[in-house]
Amino acid sequence: MKKWNIIAMAAVLAIAMATFGASYAAEKLKIGFIYTGPIGDLGWSYQHDVGRKAMEKALAGKVETTYLENVPEGPDAERSIEQLARTGHKLIFTTSFGFMDPTLKVANKYPNVFFEHATGFKRAKNVATYAARFYEGRYIQGQIAAKISKTGVIGYIVSFPIPEVISNINATMLGAQSVNPNMKVKIIWVNSWFDPGKEADAAKALIDQGVDVLTQHTDSPAAMQIAEQRGIHAFGQSSNMIKFGPQAQLTADTDYWGDYYTKRAQAVLDGKWASGDTWGGLDSGMVVMAPYTNMPDDVKKMAMDTQAAITSGALKPFKCPITDQDGKTVECKGGDQLDPGQILSMNFYVKGVDDKIPGK
Amino acid sequence: MQMFEAIMLSVIAASTPLLLAAAGELVTERSGVLNLGLEGMMIMGAACAFAGTDLSGSVVVGALCGVFAGVAMSAIFAIFTLGLAVNQVASGLALTILGTGLSGLIGAGFVGQRITPAPQLHLPGLTDLPLVGHILFGQDAFVYLSVALVIGIWLFLYRSRTGLVLRAVGDNHTSAHALGYPVLKIRALAVLFGGGCAGLAGAFLPLAYTPFFIPGMTAGRGWIALALVVFASWRPGRLVAGAYLFGAVSILQLHAQALGLGIPSQLMSSLPYLATVIVLVLISRTRGISGSAAPASLGVVFVPDR
Repeated sequence: MKKWNIIAMAAVLAIAMATFGASYAAEKLKIGFIYTGPIGDLGWSYQHDVGRKAMEKALAGKVETTYLENVPEGPDAERSIEQLARTGHKLIFTTSFGFMDPTLKVANKYPNVFFEHATGFKRAKNVATYAARFYEGRYIQGQIAAKISKTGVIGYIVSFPIPEVISNINATMLGAQSVNPNMKVKIIWVNSWFDPGKEADAAKALIDQGVDVLTQHTDSPAAMQIAEQRGIHAFGQSSNMIKFGPQAQLTADTDYWGDYYTKRAQAVLDGKWASGDTWGGLDSGMVVMAPYTNMPDDVKKMAMDTQAAITSGALKPFKCPITDQDGKTVECKGGDQLDPGQILSMNFYVKGVDDKIPGK
Repeated sequence: MQMFEAIMLSVIAASTPLLLAAAGELVTERSGVLNLGLEGMMIMGAACAFAGTDLSGSVVVGALCGVFAGVAMSAIFAIFTLGLAVNQVASGLALTILGTGLSGLIGAGFVGQRITPAPQLHLPGLTDLPLVGHILFGQDAFVYLSVALVIGIWLFLYRSRTGLVLRAVGDNHTSAHALGYPVLKIRALAVLFGGGCAGLAGAFLPLAYTPFFIPGMTAGRGWIALALVVFASWRPGRLVAGAYLFGAVSILQLHAQALGLGIPSQLMSSLPYLATVIVLVLISRTRGISGSAAPASLGVVFVPDR
């Protein structure tokens, strides 16, 4: 009998040590990230991963991160998000619009886990949202395009008709029209965030139809490369794509998430995390313009002036009055500009956009 | 008319990877093996081709690396489905998953690198011909190779004794075996050939189409190529027509959008698949009357009775 007691005691001791060890290790905050693209897309998901690494570095020793890449948007995402929640991640960033409903569903099941959903508009007690005001950069791009373009037509390659994409198209056009009221835009929906071949084909089609400045709301540098080959100009998306278009890139609307991620992780560590909505722009450093290149000095100066004006708040891209594509004046809920709700749920084109929103 | 030329050039470029991959798969399926791992073999071809080109500086070496990667992937498939008689559908799907992951690993170090894409043919005089010059005489080697490949496959399948044996193996492996033909050996070679073609198709993407490598850059082209084989009802001639039709639809819908014709882009994107479904229906309707080219033993595991 005595022998058994010893074995039992040893077992208890082992379990206790394992538990202690585990709880000791768990003092490191486990943070999960869900990316819709590969981290090597050099665009959207890549930038989020840069943010993750910056956070890991800033909070070295206090946090431990995991990421899942190539997670398809939609119901399937639920499994991936839940997997992170179940494996002890206390803070989970879901970094694409299509993860909105799956995030809320999983959050409901795991009330003690904090979730952060990028670019969405649904929140809960343990689900916060965050996004960057990309449209501020798009407004600057529109102005540059209007100055640079000889044909007066911007080519726009887009993924899905979600509010963020629509508001970016509108901001580009409002910027362009502030320089040249007759600027036109040709829009191609490729129905994918990431299909380099199709994005390249769309770029070729647009150039063949007389476009000489390209911009995109898809994630690969394929269009930039076509612009370089064909000797026209283009704007990078999400990350600086100058490597793929040394003669072509004018600037790029890049997002930088590191500071935000660090702040939110620190809040969890301090026990001060609270749900909410963060919407940072040029002023907060979430939106960063890549260097202005391949343009004359006066255009560069204009771009920098506009950037300064938007940063200081003197210039508001969605300043009222705004006329929609049918000529009706849009209701102005935010005083002298559209209110954030209107921008985050935008479902109309401004005057001068000759396209129909798919599915509308 | 410049527009016509521009559109045709884009259509050819969009069709070529489909044609290359589907041509190989056609031979594989004609021997009675269904390899659903096309997407995985293609993306491996893309990753290895880019890596090879970046390291050696030669597009030819890169393309060969791509072909070799496709062959190696299909060899794994052959070991499982032919050697161990494992279910072909499951093995094919597993091959795609393996290829997607492995290519990301191999390609990780090459993301963001730039290479000089495959050169395009330039014949003074001929290439500068109006309208057809660039279309006929200004393509890269992949395009000419894809056409030559299909002609070669047609000659092989219908004008050679070995081709006849291969078709016999695909239609009735028991009879072919009884006649003394090495069913498994023939199928293994057909699978390896299909893998090589898929690797070449994958190589086309980072070497000529969009000269950079990004994980997942095949973006479903392997699946379209699989649909294409069915669409062509396993006939090389129809395969060419189908590949260019699929390519044309995908390019024309982009132009239709840019022109603002108001055709829903989602409908246009789904057209190739709709067409495939319709062809499948037609095949099953006419099976009794004209007989289908669908290999009768397609997807059926064969274990020789020794």
